[in-house]
Amino acid sequence: MLSRVAERIYWQARYLERAENTARLLGVFSTLLLDLPPGTKLSWRSLVEITGTDQAFDEKYKQANERNVMRFLLLDSTSSLLNTLESTRENARTTREIMPLEAFEQINDLFHYAKDYAAVSVSGGSRHKFLEEIISSCHEISGLMAGSMSRGAAYSFVRLGRSLERADMATRIIDVGSGNLLPDIGTGAKPEESNEPYENTLWMNILRSLTAYQMYRQHVKHRVNGEDVVRFLLQDDDFPRAATHVLTTITKVLKHLPNNTKAAKQVDKTLRIIERGNISKLLDAGLFEYLDDLQIEIAKIHTSIADTWFLPHK
Amino acid sequence: MRVNWKTYNSEKFFDEIISSPGFARKPARRLASYLASLTHDELLEKKRAADLAIKTMGISFTVYSDAGNIDREWPYDIIPRIIAEKEWDQTSLGLQQRLRALNCFINDTYNDQKIFKDKIIPKELVLESTNFRKECMGINPKYGVWAHICGTDLIKGDDGQFYVLEDNLRVPSGVSYMLENRRVTKRVFPELFENHRIRPITEYPAQLFDTLAAISPRPTDYPEVVVLTPGTFNSAYFEHSFLAQRMGAELVEGGDLVVEKDKVFMRTIDGLSQVDVVYRRIDDMFLDPKVFRKDSTLGVPGLFKSWVKGNVALANAPGAGVADDKIIYTYVPAMIKYYLGEEPLLPNVESYLCVDKVQRQHVLENLDKLVIKPANESGGYGMLIGPQASKRELADFAGRIKADPRNYMAQPLISLSTVPILGERVVEPRHVDLRPFILQADKTHVTAGGLTRVAMVKGSFIVNSSQGGGSKDTWIVGGK
Repeated sequence: MLSRVAERIYWQARYLERAENTARLLGVFSTLLLDLPPGTKLSWRSLVEITGTDQAFDEKYKQANERNVMRFLLLDSTSSLLNTLESTRENARTTREIMPLEAFEQINDLFHYAKDYAAVSVSGGSRHKFLEEIISSCHEISGLMAGSMSRGAAYSFVRLGRSLERADMATRIIDVGSGNLLPDIGTGAKPEESNEPYENTLWMNILRSLTAYQMYRQHVKHRVNGEDVVRFLLQDDDFPRAATHVLTTITKVLKHLPNNTKAAKQVDKTLRIIERGNISKLLDAGLFEYLDDLQIEIAKIHTSIADTWFLPHK
Repeated sequence: MRVNWKTYNSEKFFDEIISSPGFARKPARRLASYLASLTHDELLEKKRAADLAIKTMGISFTVYSDAGNIDREWPYDIIPRIIAEKEWDQTSLGLQQRLRALNCFINDTYNDQKIFKDKIIPKELVLESTNFRKECMGINPKYGVWAHICGTDLIKGDDGQFYVLEDNLRVPSGVSYMLENRRVTKRVFPELFENHRIRPITEYPAQLFDTLAAISPRPTDYPEVVVLTPGTFNSAYFEHSFLAQRMGAELVEGGDLVVEKDKVFMRTIDGLSQVDVVYRRIDDMFLDPKVFRKDSTLGVPGLFKSWVKGNVALANAPGAGVADDKIIYTYVPAMIKYYLGEEPLLPNVESYLCVDKVQRQHVLENLDKLVIKPANESGGYGMLIGPQASKRELADFAGRIKADPRNYMAQPLISLSTVPILGERVVEPRHVDLRPFILQADKTHVTAGGLTRVAMVKGSFIVNSSQGGGSKDTWIVGGK
């Protein structure tokens, strides 16, 4: 397989996964925020922070209200849902000769759907349906690829892109989520009393934004609490969006690719950092530094993949 | 409003479907009565279904504009064009004959130059062509074939006969649209396929692959064939990707290829992997910055030398364009007689060479009645259509012809035949041409039909998609 094609397939899968995650995140948070009392730390702005685009947002908008944030994340920002889908489509368009024909047609359809309906879905009741439609189309496309692609190099790069995006998303949501939910964790101070009744709901929704709520309930017998949620999303072996699970997947995929030493080493290193993380201690102090380190290591996995298999960029 | 063939009027032009108001030609009768049986709503519904199919299938082409490049949906008219099987079989023989002669000519030009010595074609005319590549002298590609893929533009005149308008021997495009048009028609009119015997066109990608594989220099059962594209922003990128996919070949850009020890390799995730055949969709001048344009970033340094050494095959071969010069075109009937000893089966359009003093005088005196074409432009650019030109344009072209007579030829304005398209409200006649594709290596193949291009604007003769032309599915139909 051509290096350039490998790169485009990888990005196509990453963007597709990102689109799905963004849609779910927006869906979960819009429902959640309606229930929150005034004065809660979690706000529309938190959504902008999770996607790491706060600076661009501030340049464009004065107020982080529902309308502005939704407009920004659905169609305005460079990493908006619409732009992410456009990048998915562009990468799919330029790998059409490799991917199943129907996959491109569905990605193309999905982009056209988003383009036609994103603007009217900024506010109001149609948003929910719009986001659900996006999510289910993403599922359909992933399913189509899983069901019709040989398990060769092309599919390996699909899995790499998807897995790395999941690892990135999981750590991001824990980072921003816990920062907003528990303003005092990691600093040793006591949680504010006023937040307590909502803490449980908030953690539930963090789980939901990664489709993890149901599986958490089945596999973690405790009631929903911060420590168990963070542990589940970082260290669970079996949940498909937990960091440990996706990194293990990457390890397995790498075994089928040539010249994999460098990337495999970096994944091992990252996995060990996750394994060694003592969540209850970290929640007392050092969680944010720990997550920062982790994100840097995840970014390095991408770099090692790019250095090994993609075209050198001049 | 339903389709009413009695009010359909192509005026003085030859219409391929309707012979006189209300009467369809024989091969098109079923189609004509079927269309007349549909209600207006049904017809519009078909049109909408086709538009949707094109959008979903992502059939697009790129239009360059000041506002940036736009990926536009492919313009397609739902009413198929019909050609009788018998007529097509004759035409197809003529096309094969023509390409065989053209390849003899190219090979002769770069080797023995017998045709110049025998004074059939003036040597200077050929050597002065901007598509002549002196770097190709003395090279003898496999089977003596330089142009493996040819797109020949045919038109029908008032007499209903096919004429050859031009041969495209460099990087002819459009075949993917021919194939996709058929896919769309099948989605929109499945019922029509039941009661017509329509010749299938699906073998093309396999035939193209066989043609390319046949010229592989390495004796291997599985030659590595690649399609070399200028990149995702090229207007024909859709086609490059489409053909690569249908052939199971790699689609590469210049940066994917590298030449080492005069062999061509592509950069893959396993490292370098040798390439045997490059189906290049890049013009000669951009192929190899070491030999042609130094500033080309699209090509591959060293590719040309690797081809000269016989380590890689290029299709079409560099220099093949010397025979699609519009001046050389006028000599094709003579070439057919000279190389094959046969009478041409397909006529050329009558042409005047401005380089000839007598003919030039005729052209200059009749500029307002003729179409003037520069030798080496494509896509309908740089032409003058005399009857539609202003006085200033006529004077301007007269000056250009006098300054550079070698670069111009003239033809009478041919009344292209018409076929019906579905307009806003009713069916209306529009002018069409036809681009069949011919392949040659160890065997020759001709597509069943080709890409029909249609001028969507009333009265216009300009069929190029870059200038607002549309397209139609083309059916070669047999009698029952």
